[in-house]
Amino acid sequence: MKSIYQALVDIVDAEHASDRPEELYIYSFDLGTAEPHRPDYVVAPRTTGQVQEIVRLANREKVPVVPLGGGLSLAGLAVPLRGGILVDLKRMDSILEVNERGRYAVLECGVSQAQLTSYLARHHPRLTHSEPGAPPTATVAGNVLIHGQGDLAQPYGFNSDQINGLEVVLPTGEVCRFGSCAIGVSWFTNHPLPDVGLFFGWCGTTGIVTRLSIRLYPAKRIRGVGQFVVEDEELVPEIIGKITATQMAEDVIAYSRAIPPFGLGLQHFTVNIAADSEKELEFKQELIWDDTLGEYISRGDGGYLGFTRGLEHPQISKTSDYKKGGGFEYVGSIMPIEKYPECYRKGREISERHDIPYTVTGRCIGVGHSMMFAWTYAFNRADPETMNQARKALHETDDLVLELGGVIWKPGTYGQQLIIDRLDPGTRELMRRIKAVLDPGGIMNPGNWEGI
Amino acid sequence: MFALQFDEDKCLRCEGQDCLAKCQYIHSEPGGAGKEMVKIARGEDSFVLHECVTCYGCEEYCPMGNHPFYLIVERQEVLGISPVPRPLIKRAVNLGVPFRGEPAAKEINGPVLNMAAFSELTPLIQGKLFEGLPVISTDGRKMFHYFCQLMYLHYGRSSIINERLPGIIATIERHRPTKVVCFHDECYGTYASYCPAVGIDVPFTPIHFYEYLYDRLTQLKELIRPVGLKVAYQRPCSSRLSPDKHLFVGEIFRLIGAEEVRREYVDENALCCGGTIQGQRREGSRKRAAGIQNRNIEDMKKAGAEVCVFNCPACLQTLGGMVAREGIRPVHMSDLCRFAIGETPAGWEVTR
Amino acid sequence: MPMDTYEFNDVIHRCFRCGYCKFPTNWMDVNNCPPYARFRMEPYSCGGRLWLTRAWLNEALDWSEHLAEILYSCTTCRNCEVKCPLSFNADIVNMVVAARSEMIEQGKVPRAVKKFLENIDLHGNPYGSGRSKRNAWMEGTETQGYNGQEHLYYVGCTGSYDTRAQKSARALGMLLGKAGVSFGVLGNEENCDGNEVHKLGETGLFEMLAQGNIEHFNSLGAKKIITLSPHAYNAMKNLYPRYSGDFQVFHYTRLLLELIKEGRLDVSGGFDAQVTYHDPCFLGRWNEEYETPRRILTALPSLRLVEMDKNRDAALCCGGGAGNFEIDLLGGSNSSPARRRVRQAAETGATVLAVACPKCLVMLEDALKAEELEGKLAIKDIAEILAEAGGIQ
Repeated sequence: MKSIYQALVDIVDAEHASDRPEELYIYSFDLGTAEPHRPDYVVAPRTTGQVQEIVRLANREKVPVVPLGGGLSLAGLAVPLRGGILVDLKRMDSILEVNERGRYAVLECGVSQAQLTSYLARHHPRLTHSEPGAPPTATVAGNVLIHGQGDLAQPYGFNSDQINGLEVVLPTGEVCRFGSCAIGVSWFTNHPLPDVGLFFGWCGTTGIVTRLSIRLYPAKRIRGVGQFVVEDEELVPEIIGKITATQMAEDVIAYSRAIPPFGLGLQHFTVNIAADSEKELEFKQELIWDDTLGEYISRGDGGYLGFTRGLEHPQISKTSDYKKGGGFEYVGSIMPIEKYPECYRKGREISERHDIPYTVTGRCIGVGHSMMFAWTYAFNRADPETMNQARKALHETDDLVLELGGVIWKPGTYGQQLIIDRLDPGTRELMRRIKAVLDPGGIMNPGNWEGI
Repeated sequence: MFALQFDEDKCLRCEGQDCLAKCQYIHSEPGGAGKEMVKIARGEDSFVLHECVTCYGCEEYCPMGNHPFYLIVERQEVLGISPVPRPLIKRAVNLGVPFRGEPAAKEINGPVLNMAAFSELTPLIQGKLFEGLPVISTDGRKMFHYFCQLMYLHYGRSSIINERLPGIIATIERHRPTKVVCFHDECYGTYASYCPAVGIDVPFTPIHFYEYLYDRLTQLKELIRPVGLKVAYQRPCSSRLSPDKHLFVGEIFRLIGAEEVRREYVDENALCCGGTIQGQRREGSRKRAAGIQNRNIEDMKKAGAEVCVFNCPACLQTLGGMVAREGIRPVHMSDLCRFAIGETPAGWEVTR
Repeated sequence: MPMDTYEFNDVIHRCFRCGYCKFPTNWMDVNNCPPYARFRMEPYSCGGRLWLTRAWLNEALDWSEHLAEILYSCTTCRNCEVKCPLSFNADIVNMVVAARSEMIEQGKVPRAVKKFLENIDLHGNPYGSGRSKRNAWMEGTETQGYNGQEHLYYVGCTGSYDTRAQKSARALGMLLGKAGVSFGVLGNEENCDGNEVHKLGETGLFEMLAQGNIEHFNSLGAKKIITLSPHAYNAMKNLYPRYSGDFQVFHYTRLLLELIKEGRLDVSGGFDAQVTYHDPCFLGRWNEEYETPRRILTALPSLRLVEMDKNRDAALCCGGGAGNFEIDLLGGSNSSPARRRVRQAAETGATVLAVACPKCLVMLEDALKAEELEGKLAIKDIAEILAEAGGIQ
């Protein structure tokens, strides 16, 4: 009888299937504080057909399947908690279609953020997508599936709200399509067909998304970032409310951090503004800085730091070096914006108690409908005690999120349990039934949404 | 502890009242300057304290060497009239806090070049112009140990300068320099103008960067090939603290064969880059800064400038992109000098 | 454990595996780290390699041939150093080389690496060919032996022994002769420059080679050295000074540009073709020389220079560095960096892919055949292009 390893080699090829210690070692890690767990096999498929065969094999052999995109969830969502077959999806990285008129792109699941940004800049410079703050190796699909948010969150919402359709390999190996593509027309709309919501936020337990259609948005010729700063954190919610009411900004973020020192004890805002002409740019700037925020400036409560043209790729990796230790992890939450001051104060207190320079960030989603608030904890990978401190701080912060009235975003197993404990019983029962129907063998990323 | 040597009588005797008469940003009654300065010296409020945009110009205009700008800043702080909003002050004060360990102080016992808070521009310092000149403050993580602090004049915080400067001088002194060539002329202004004005002792001789460049270019004269470029100079505010060194700008241009275009906003009449003005509390500051910047750049364009030469990295950061968008190439003075002696400047791809 | 004496033991844990190192400077894909482009499995990415190396040095992972191949698959192209946003980025290749030294110290290297190093030690070249054959490329040329001329023309192992690369060595010799440059070669007395040996972590052998060459050049009174290969250029310019090897070293493109400007090389014949240029890592990212070769090409009448999307510091390495032109850990697939590069060149519509390195020449020529693009695209060294333009055969 063929071994699982040989079966995987037969599905892909010998170079893209492995049971060797080196692959098992590397693929056992999340980049944050989550404990590593070894897979039994690693496989990197190239086609949807290969993904199907892998899933069918896993069902036959009753081994877990763990889908991996960029591996940057920093919540251990692609750590093989029960071993099994780790499926590295990044070889499926073709950009299949960009429709300029309909403003959408159809991508394979392994397309990275930077690959898409770069492709659009070169071939479709009048279009852009909502790029998150993760390192640009993060996959577009992975970010969508965890309800990520990017630099167009303020006008257009979560990245998971920007989907026209999906192709999914179910845990039992069938391929399904959702959205207009399911009835054989182009991938231009999700509504009014039945929901794609069976796969967002499910931490890979309900299937493997192999293709998706995402909405694109107008890329104006001039894009840049303006900065504002206040000292009093209580002013942050009202300022965000006022900026968003102008409907002139693309991305609004408030943050505070201990390093570098100029950020300590201050609340900085970055406000992305885009325009097709100098006239439009000046109009928007006048509306935001002069008409809306002018009162804070003349009272001396708020300072304008200028507008810089051009958008850079996220430099979030630098946070990993705060403790000169190659590591950080953060608790992300979806919070009411009015909670910003408390989030800041309590988060700062947790950081300082664990001897970690504090970093907090709030990204506005929708027109002030909520914010993604993150508390970041750096650690030194060569010093287990700092990892311990970071882990404790993270768990405390998970508790804090719910205490403050927010929802944990992309929860790891610790946060998942906190949510399960609070879930409406009817909802919990429905989730259990969905999981059982879609994944009767219990092979899809087990350990996640466990005990639902 | 340190006190500004300000003499009221000098203001009262002054005929020209140039500090306000020549000010490009405050409108005042003719002959009213002396009265206002005396009011300020006596601790009273004055419209000058509220309308000053901190361009440093009056330090140059004052024929009596009476330091009107330093007085304005001191009094703004005492009266709680800061030109910028409080969060910007806090940010700036935090910015200058050195947060990485002490720098290694190699003893040099000779002339040095001090990069101060601009360690990241050390790549500009290479080639024959700087051969044999040791450079200090080259580590970006520790550069705030060498930061001259004078930036806080823009924030109405003389107290921070007076508090921190002795420590900065002590750090520089540990290198045992005889002369300190100051990369940024604000550092030069600190040690040659501000320190004497408030009585801070400076145990080395500050050398203006342009004086150094001019002398070195003269030594390397045979290597100079005329650059043949039409240049405009963006005079930084800090240059007003060393007007006696401003002549080196023209001297260097002549030496390297750069044609300085004839502009309206030049020398005493030069315009501030607007970098600090845009964030000031006074209503309309953002537009005021933009207006100044537009006038400045239009003036360069009208005069036919191909290149805009900078000394101050902050001016370069504020205006560099803007001048480039108007087809004028921004370049640092030392890069232009390196180009003149046939070297490839660090920040500029040479195509000729 | 080996980590205790590892030179970068205070740095290697700082890699976050954010993956920036997979991208070129223009961010267009994740295929700019040659081994990762080849295998697309995380252990082969720069971050994966560093994490595995750290695990091995900490004795959390046993040595295996597979681990060693992962470590030796790095071609030291420096793309990772250019892309990594963290402050230790300048030491990434050094970390790989230091780990290789550790493996060599333990006598545990892939078989092909062992052979490569042994050949250089015994025969002065990685191919294992006899020293007496090193000057075979000179046959029929007017190139003279070095005897106190102004320049020493250092050919290098690939230019001397590889039949394809010999053509570029001959072309350069002819150009220098035509321009009246005073130069000579070492012929059979030439020994390996050691750049690949250094990158493979064999510091002992490298020192021997470097010191031997320095002594040899000094004894001949050679002061100015022209190299055919950017690898030799890198070694002699950047590494030999550590052993008091103080020479004026030029990659040949620098000299050829001056000769064109001075009118000593006639290029009026032109070169009527659409040409794209591949930046060699040891001239480009290692020594920041991107423009001189392009200025040579654009000086030729009728030559139309087009750029690949990945050009200058975004160039994709041909996969030949750190000995891989012979050790060949990255071949055998259409995902190999050389085959990817040749496809990128063909996409520009160019009919000629110009190179300035004999290793790139050999790697890309082999890839051309594998891609079945012969007849549609030709690989030519800049010296060969100039020789054609000048009517020199």
